[in-house]
Amino acid sequence: MNWLTNFIPPKLKALVARKEAPENLWLKCPACEQMLFHRDLDANQQVCNHCGHHLRVRPLQRLPHLFDGGKYEVHTVPKPIVDPLKFRDQKRYIDRLKEAQSQAGPGGDGIVVASGQMEGQPAVVAIFDFGFMGGSMGMAVGEGVVTAARIAVQKKAPLILFSASGGARMQEGILSLMQMPRTTIAVREVKEAGLPYIVVLTDPTTGGVTASLAMLGDIHIAEPGSLIGFSGQRVTQAAIRETPPPDFQRAEFQYKHGMVDLVVHRHELRKTLARITAILMKRPAAEAA
Amino acid sequence: MPTYLDFEKPIADLEGKIAELRHQGSGDSAGIDIADEVAKLQAKVERQIRTTYTKLTAWQRVQVARHPERPHAKHYIAGLVEEFTPLAGDRGFAEDAAIMGGLGRIAGRPAMIIGQEKGDDTESRVKHNFGMVKPEGYRKAQRLMQLADRFGLPVVTFVDTAGAYPGIDAEERGQGEAIARSIEVCLDLRVPLVSLVIGEGGSGGAIAIAAANRVLMMEHSVYSVITPEGCASILWRSAEKAQEAAEAMRMTSDDLKKLAICDEIVPEPVGGAHRDPAAAVKAAGDAIARHLADLENLDGDTVRRARRDKFLAMGQVGL
Ligand SMILES: [Zn+2]
Repeated sequence: MNWLTNFIPPKLKALVARKEAPENLWLKCPACEQMLFHRDLDANQQVCNHCGHHLRVRPLQRLPHLFDGGKYEVHTVPKPIVDPLKFRDQKRYIDRLKEAQSQAGPGGDGIVVASGQMEGQPAVVAIFDFGFMGGSMGMAVGEGVVTAARIAVQKKAPLILFSASGGARMQEGILSLMQMPRTTIAVREVKEAGLPYIVVLTDPTTGGVTASLAMLGDIHIAEPGSLIGFSGQRVTQAAIRETPPPDFQRAEFQYKHGMVDLVVHRHELRKTLARITAILMKRPAAEAA
Repeated sequence: MPTYLDFEKPIADLEGKIAELRHQGSGDSAGIDIADEVAKLQAKVERQIRTTYTKLTAWQRVQVARHPERPHAKHYIAGLVEEFTPLAGDRGFAEDAAIMGGLGRIAGRPAMIIGQEKGDDTESRVKHNFGMVKPEGYRKAQRLMQLADRFGLPVVTFVDTAGAYPGIDAEERGQGEAIARSIEVCLDLRVPLVSLVIGEGGSGGAIAIAAANRVLMMEHSVYSVITPEGCASILWRSAEKAQEAAEAMRMTSDDLKKLAICDEIVPEPVGGAHRDPAAAVKAAGDAIARHLADLENLDGDTVRRARRDKFLAMGQVGL
């Protein structure tokens, strides 16, 4: 059916072939509901070319666009103890973890740490993976942030955090809560070394991640339309019995309320980050690419 | 009329019987027989309380931690802090009564005291917003901690909150940033910070004032990443499973001691702090005094480094 789905216009295809269309070829934009061809999406860094909606991306999709020539080094993160509470809800946590890891690749857990050059400026990045158990921050993610911060200090390079998280990894109980102070210490030590700590808030960033390392940047950049907030909308509505405004907890709401410096299109991120870090570190301007 | 928790029914029955006998005995000539019977029942109820409270489940602990007659921050402050001088406001937006704070002397030492207060009747619960702190409350806490830092005063915090306030207005004023910054200020202090969880240590709302050199917990207090109800509704898709969630999250003082999150458990009177608030407050005061004495000779860099190292080392032991 590939030849057919490739030639029928997206809207029509959605009508005639919704079930047959391989999911990996076409995707419906969650904002404008246009059908998007995956190759176009890849070429456009997962931004809808109809409405500009920024779709969620996983770290490995983001990395090539951040670094010059698509070249970067991925750093291994030390492994913390697994399932410290022997947690079980309807399912064992250890089974949920294995399931998520089988999709993410062995050893992966919610964050990727990498370094390279951005427009000629060195940078260390830590990128949350919302696709891995909702980007929830457990011990492994915390360890990733600690590792990224240490590498940044070693390399005397800025640390750039891309946040995307539903909050704490509840299955790790109090140890997941303790990642809030742990990651706070990590980024504090980057700042104390005189290095920039920049946060790029992406969709969605909520809960304990917002209430710790994601709100402690020297500079906060948000991708357009991202959900950014502390409490979940359902919690807020239940507590207040009041309907939040339509832009509630979106990047633009956070900008309006003073929590975000800049709302930046994904295509402009690398240049913006390189420009800011170069100025903060009193380095010469990057060559015009 | 005291408040009994559902699992305290046998205790309530016995104490009801005692009250009834005493009432009968008051105008009667058979006083001696009744006194004898009361003494027997008294011994029985004490055994009952002891056995009930030595094997509390996690969920029962949660109920005790939330007991309406349990001593709150204001009781600990009244019992332990001399010359308490409350300080108010975040200097940016408002005063938030969910956080009590001020100067005083604890165990003879000048100190800054900060506590989350839930209130204990309708009027005071509303005033203190049920202990749910808003951004301005956390910003007030930051201001007071930084003031203490400037004058070399140790900081003591009393933790008791179901969680930070989740309202629209709190989001507009940056609840996430306020909590994050409070954690950062805790970890920046060059003076000792001692925290005591007195009731509920609820998530980010609690850690905001508890990233401390020493974290103490009252025996029947709880401390968790989310309320058991919240955890159950997300992971079990039913708030009814709160009992299972409380068990699974390992939120009691003894589990947290094993995980090296809690440094010391402060024993409560038999039957919980609400049965003898004065004794609970005194035990807390003794423990706080000990930890303050322990930390007071460390220089600023050492006390900060020790605090940070402690948190960085967390998670090396599981259960
Ligand atoms: Zn679209």
